[in-house]
Amino acid sequence: MTAPGNTEVVARSSASNRAFDVDRIRGEFPGLHQDIKGKPLVYLDNAASSQKPQQVIDAISDFYAHDYSNIHRGVHELSERATKAYESARLKVQAFMGAASEREIVFVRGTTEGINLVADSFGRANVGEGDEVLITTMEHHSNIVPWQMLCERNGASLKVVPINDRGELEMEEFKKLLGSKTKIVAVGHVSNALGTINPIRTIIELAHAQGTPVLIDGAQAAPHVAIDVRELDCDFYTISAHKMFGPSGMGALYAKESLLEKMPPYQGGGDMILSVSFEKTTYNRLPFRFEAGTPNIAGAVGFGATIDYLNGIGMDRIAAYEEELLDYGTNALRDVPGLRIVGEASHKASVISFVLDGIHPHDIGTILDQEGIAVRTGHHCAQPVMDRFGVAATARASLALYNTREDIDRLVEGLATVREVFS
Amino acid sequence: MSTDALRELYQEVILDHSKKPRNFREIDNASHDAKGHNPLCGDRLSLYVVVEDGVIRDMSFKGAGCAISTASASMMTEVLKGKTQAEAEALFESFHGVVTGKTDADEDALGKLAVFAGVRDYPVRVKCATLAWHTLNAALAEKEEAVSTE
Repeated sequence: MTAPGNTEVVARSSASNRAFDVDRIRGEFPGLHQDIKGKPLVYLDNAASSQKPQQVIDAISDFYAHDYSNIHRGVHELSERATKAYESARLKVQAFMGAASEREIVFVRGTTEGINLVADSFGRANVGEGDEVLITTMEHHSNIVPWQMLCERNGASLKVVPINDRGELEMEEFKKLLGSKTKIVAVGHVSNALGTINPIRTIIELAHAQGTPVLIDGAQAAPHVAIDVRELDCDFYTISAHKMFGPSGMGALYAKESLLEKMPPYQGGGDMILSVSFEKTTYNRLPFRFEAGTPNIAGAVGFGATIDYLNGIGMDRIAAYEEELLDYGTNALRDVPGLRIVGEASHKASVISFVLDGIHPHDIGTILDQEGIAVRTGHHCAQPVMDRFGVAATARASLALYNTREDIDRLVEGLATVREVFS
Repeated sequence: MSTDALRELYQEVILDHSKKPRNFREIDNASHDAKGHNPLCGDRLSLYVVVEDGVIRDMSFKGAGCAISTASASMMTEVLKGKTQAEAEALFESFHGVVTGKTDADEDALGKLAVFAGVRDYPVRVKCATLAWHTLNAALAEKEEAVSTE
């Protein structure tokens, strides 16, 4: 590993010497401190989106109040300040993901746009008639549909790795499906519907052994575990700020510079060009070639602030705290009569999806809401996962760094009320 | 205590119909049928209607859904048997007005369907209560495509 990566590891481990103070953390999230239906909010919908710390809210607000302007082209003071703020956010994202260069970090609207960018640009140049794209049964719709669209356009076919009853990838099937026609593998780091942490290191090694690049959908991983794209050696890794306690409409795509260099532009417009004439347009250097138009400037500033926030706590400490909380929650929910957890992989993060005997998840969600408890119910944008487990929908409690055992206890009490209403 | 508020929505009669749906069967010789789907919660139902001389002689459904959508479908099949198509349409209009909170529950017009009045306090659940009715509209209009609430 090169020097910047080592610095990052040192910063993380020094943070881990301090105690994890969940009360202090909770105090930093104003959204958590409100009553819903007359009861203190228990927010367990973090896999959908997360609440924001005051530091992030202030960073965005201060930026708009004092330093806002358009970026990159202005010669005036405010434009310089805005450009500096925007580009320093990129450096923070680069360090957070462990990328070698800021040229490898493309700002996007979120993970969905990151995947669409790769499917459109890399796919256009590299996936053709008779080729294959390999994904898995547990992907979010955003890691299915862009590839389906690509396959339809280019005459390629989509192959899908099955999962077992615990919600883990069938790796023997993966090996069989990975063939010479596979032009890209796209897989989620952590499943939003099941919480499964996939063996992406192994997947990347196997794919690379035959020269196939790998995209990792990191939307659900980034708020919970440390990411190191160089150590993983993945080709693409994409994340959403809003799931990481940052602003919505903001995210990043990491792409290896060697791949990005050869990829055709995604969208055309201002900022992605060096010069334009009606005869010929010269595209800008990386990563600006992939950022057409005025971007989400304040979103980037907020993204930088959320990364500072996460680094201040330390991703390793967050992961350790959440692992313990997930164990506590899993055990507590297993004791609820008639409850079945959907997704019991041996490696999991953050998510507990479940069904209750004879009670539809939508009814569970409505009743829990009356108790001030926010959970997600439905198919979680992962309908193939629901089909695999033979359910139309599940209820999902998803944890974050500010959740506590008391939150889990309130959920268990809420589920008792659900059963009472239906008794 | 919010359990009371919940009882406004989950009335005994609704819970009873959701647990033991009436007319929960297929009809082989249905004159009209249609499928309904609520993508938000995955609810799906198939509706079967026998219309003779403009009168609904029989009606049934199959499918899986939440308590509100199942009870609504069950009670709809009970209430509409023997009604004319025009009466069915008028009832849907009254029912829709009540569950969306646009009109007050009129026991005379709605009869036992008035138990769904509590849905007005849960805007995201209105689609659950109306799925069966929208599907009925599609069946009577002989629409080929499945009805979606989205």
